[in-house]
Amino acid sequence: VTAVQTVLGSTIRLSGPLAFGASGEYVAEKGGTLNISLEAMMLAGAFFSIVGASITGTVVGGLGAGMLAGLCVAAVHANMSHRLQANTFVVGLTLNVLLLGLTNFLLEAIDPGRHQAGSLRFPILSEIPIVGEPLFANRWPLYLLAVVIPLSWFLVNRTNWGLELRACGENPQAADVTGIDVNRRRRQGLYYAGLMTGLGGSYLALGEVGLFNQNMTAGRGFLVNAAIIFGGWRLGGALLGCLLFGGTDALRLALPALGVEIQPQLLIALPYLLAIVAMCFFAIGGRPAALGKPFERGIA
Amino acid sequence: MTLLDAEPDTATDSVPDPRSWATRTSALITVGLYVGSFAVALSLASVLIVLATDASPMEVSRALYQGSLKTWPAFGYTLEQAAPVMIVALGSVISTRSGLFNIGPEGQFAVGSATGALVIFHVGAPAGVVVPLALVSAAAGGALWAGVAAGLHAVRNVDVIITTLLLNFVALQAVSFAVNRHWLLQESTGRRIDPPQSPLLESGLRLPRLGSPPGFNTSSGILVALLLAGVVGYALGQTRWGFRLRMLGLNPLAARAAGVNLVVLGGGALMLSGGFAGLAGGVYFAGTGYRITAGAVGFGYNGLLVALISRGRISAIVMLALAFGALRSGGGYLAATGVPRYMVDIVQALIVFAALIPPVVDHLRRRSRELRVAHAATRSGTTLAPGAAL
Repeated sequence: VTAVQTVLGSTIRLSGPLAFGASGEYVAEKGGTLNISLEAMMLAGAFFSIVGASITGTVVGGLGAGMLAGLCVAAVHANMSHRLQANTFVVGLTLNVLLLGLTNFLLEAIDPGRHQAGSLRFPILSEIPIVGEPLFANRWPLYLLAVVIPLSWFLVNRTNWGLELRACGENPQAADVTGIDVNRRRRQGLYYAGLMTGLGGSYLALGEVGLFNQNMTAGRGFLVNAAIIFGGWRLGGALLGCLLFGGTDALRLALPALGVEIQPQLLIALPYLLAIVAMCFFAIGGRPAALGKPFERGIA
Repeated sequence: MTLLDAEPDTATDSVPDPRSWATRTSALITVGLYVGSFAVALSLASVLIVLATDASPMEVSRALYQGSLKTWPAFGYTLEQAAPVMIVALGSVISTRSGLFNIGPEGQFAVGSATGALVIFHVGAPAGVVVPLALVSAAAGGALWAGVAAGLHAVRNVDVIITTLLLNFVALQAVSFAVNRHWLLQESTGRRIDPPQSPLLESGLRLPRLGSPPGFNTSSGILVALLLAGVVGYALGQTRWGFRLRMLGLNPLAARAAGVNLVVLGGGALMLSGGFAGLAGGVYFAGTGYRITAGAVGFGYNGLLVALISRGRISAIVMLALAFGALRSGGGYLAATGVPRYMVDIVQALIVFAALIPPVVDHLRRRSRELRVAHAATRSGTTLAPGAAL
């Protein structure tokens, strides 16, 4: 039972950053942006959350700084690709290189120190056998997901703004004709993704680890991309993907300790393979039709 | 609307008179934009150096210069680093031209280098046979890896961008798997735990070197890269195949109407670009690295970026690949100045942004000019119409 609990607990903890990122990226992708700078956003969030926490001395300040850092990356991406019409993949790839270099560089130049958010234990719920401890006794920023996930769903599916955003993802020409500023909506979707992914990075650094390591996101941003694809561009599916990918990661870490011989490479590659398989065989219906295609108004 | 608006071909719809005053000013403005945005990028980097370290930007640029261009061996090392970037970029131009966007050269590079290494370590044949064979199989490995994406696109209409992106991570794990298995690539050192890497390639099986160590010396990979630059430039610009490729990229529907087979030509271009990335991996392994290790080396992403900011011009690819090679080789010298070597990544990214801005501004200026013309036409149209009715 303890082994199961350990794996469950680390599944939850490892899924956390992915779930924050996925609730943000879900919004951006519904607007038609295939955003591959998530890695940069998350890394920025992780680094600057620790910096922010050491400057303000509070965890909340750190989380705020992390979100702001994610937003800054998103602002560069959004304005380069949805205002100046630069190729979104070039911008995304370059931002990943830039933030990896920048955080590594700054880490050697300044020492942000150690900060960690406190644990939150729900009195009765955490007593539930097996699942109680893993689910209801975590670092408190994790429970922000209870706000973030419904918020993302509500924004996309129940507001005017979300309807317009989805229109921009499905058929930007039609959206434009009805008077929606397509690129503006897409920029806003990206800003939201930046805020949430920055928060995910902050949770990773400030919540779980307590300090910033070189390249500590280690491809989690791309895992979020895979989770969105795996979930067929539905929020629930994407979150399921996050749990699944967090679970494989937890297994990879736990199984050798339990004396089980495993192929770590296969487990690391599994999320990406699952995303490809998912894309081939099912769940393709939710894919925004104009995903990844730039929009520019026709002349006259 | 093409997927990739960085393609230059979409822009050449009207042929302006090269001697006209307007064209000259426009060209001057473009040059000015390039100078300006590179100046901004470099000053941003300088500000960062001054704020975060004790070194001065001059020291840093001197170190970069020493490590990349100052001495003959350093220049040779720059060429050595530039060759794989150039080969990858040439491949990326081919797939971009066809409108299929291959974002997976990093993975194809890794698969290519591992395939080449497998052949070279496991096929017992004289060097004259096994080295060319290894390069060919490296290219084949990369092409097949890209072929997965091409196949899924053809059969299930799966987005090539997404599959090539995801396959990068699978490729890196596949290579990591290989260098952790003795029956594949892992070295047997006789120690208790073998490191996750392949044996060192023995000197008889390496690519021939140009020059010798005290003076100028470099891998012959740069010759392969330059040769391919010529071939690709000719094939894209002068052959029927290149024309069809361009037609496919600019308007797939028109291309199909003209009898172009999308699956064969587009998928072929994608596989060819994967083959180039794989070959780059093989060239790097047999000419410079001599050893396969787990983990990304960045040549694939570098090459892709070079291809995209070169906007399809072969000469620009050669120049940019050399610049990236110089940055890669100069980075090693940064440690001496006390500036973390990660500065190179930052400079690289800033250069890409700087190269991205001028075409974008050009595009916006042209667009606003066209909009003015269009508006003027509409206005005069509406005022003329009643008069015509009278």
